[in-house]
This record gives sequence, C-alpha cells and structure tokens, in this order.
Amino acid sequence: MDLLLRFVIGGLVVSAFSMLGDLFKPKSFAGLFAAAPTIALATMVLTLHKHGAHYLATDARSMASGAAAFCVYASACSIVLMHSKLKALAATALLMPVWALSAAAFWALWLRGLR
Amino acid sequence: MTRISADPSALARTKWHEYLSRFAFGGAVTVLASLIDSHWGPVIGGLFLAFPGIFPAGASLVEAHAEERKQEAGMEGTERGRQEASLEAAGASMGAVGLAAFAIVVWWGAPRHSLWMVLPLAGLAWAIASWALWCLRERL
Repeated sequence: MDLLLRFVIGGLVVSAFSMLGDLFKPKSFAGLFAAAPTIALATMVLTLHKHGAHYLATDARSMASGAAAFCVYASACSIVLMHSKLKALAATALLMPVWALSAAAFWALWLRGLR
Repeated sequence: MTRISADPSALARTKWHEYLSRFAFGGAVTVLASLIDSHWGPVIGGLFLAFPGIFPAGASLVEAHAEERKQEAGMEGTERGRQEASLEAAGASMGAVGLAAFAIVVWWGAPRHSLWMVLPLAGLAWAIASWALWCLRERL
C-alpha cells in the first residue's frame, strides 16, 4: 500500500513538473524543471511519518550529494549533445554512469562512515 | 536577457501516451528510490532522491517535439532537436544546484521545525537558486 501510494504521488508530481517544463520558453529555462525535487516531494512526508525527522535529515544530506552528481551529469549531457551526433535518449542514457560515479565520489568524500 | 514566456499550446503537442509514460516513469523512479532507501538506509538511499531517472525520457521528448516543429515547417529538424535537448540539459544542470539547495534546507530544518514549514522553504530555495543561476548564465 505504501509503495502504491509512493508510485501514484511520484507519478503525479513528476507529471506536473514535466508539464511546467513543456509550458515555458526558452528551453534552458524549461530545463530547470527537469531537476525539480520531484522524488523528494513525493516521499518526504511519508518518510517523516515512518522514520522520523533525523532519518529524513540524513536522507536530505545525502540528497545534496546526489544533486551535485546530477549537476555534473546534466552538464556532461549538454556538452555531448551539443558536440556529437548522438540522439538525446542514447546520450543521456549512456552518460548515466557519470551520475553514478559522481554520486559515489561525493559519497566517498563526504558521506562515508556516516550513519 | 532572453525573455521567459509561457506557451499553453505546447501542452497540446504532448500526446496522451507521453503523459502516461511520464506518470509511469515518475512513479517507478519514486518506488525505486524508496526501495533503495529502505534496503540500504538513508545515507545511500538519500542519493537517489536526486536520481535523474526521468531525465533521458524528458530530453528525448524535447528533441522529438523540436524535430516535429521543424519538419512541419518543411525542414529536417535533427540538429535543432539535439540543440534543444542540449539546452534542456544545461537548464537541468542549473536546476540541480537548486536541488542541492532544497536538500540543504531540509537537512538543516527537518530536525528543528515542522515539515509543513520546511518543505515550502526548501521549494523556495530550489526556485531562487535555480532562477538566479539561470539569470546569471543569461547575462554572461
């Protein structure tokens, strides 16, 4: 039931921010909505209810690292798309390890050893 | 500076199956992040609250719509589609800095204040940081 609720709320929040991205011009501005806090908004109230405020704060501290990795990943996507002949889906999917490696690096530098 | 405008007709360009796939992708990524969080705990799980799982589908849609517009005007459109996807990604990189600001506000605020106060503040931090960076980039 909990996962179904997260699925529905997540789907709705992502859809709403995607529609905002469709609505606005120029595309560089619309792109801001592609990095909206959708998953966090969809889960944080349920996480607080289930695990409490300190757990949520730890989640958020790690999320800051994930967001920094997202910044590195999206910058790489922008550069590759501007300078290559790859389709957007191929480029953004192939570059996903950039997010994973960046997130792992931020985790090792800042979060390792924390509980 | 580039003027920001809203074009409601762009919403009609998105097909119903594209709306449906966004909903399904969004829901699936949220569930995946929740499962990772409950299995590996908040230190690892929190990273996935900023996982760009929906981004490839979104960038691909932007590219497809730009190509369609150009092809309707009798042009090829591939290059334009890739450029718009690249601009979308550049915007997302600035939005991600805002996402970090959101996370920092929740990290600081959650143990001290009600989430009903912290979440709107964090949302505001995302909006201000993202918009400020976008304005700065436009001026450079």
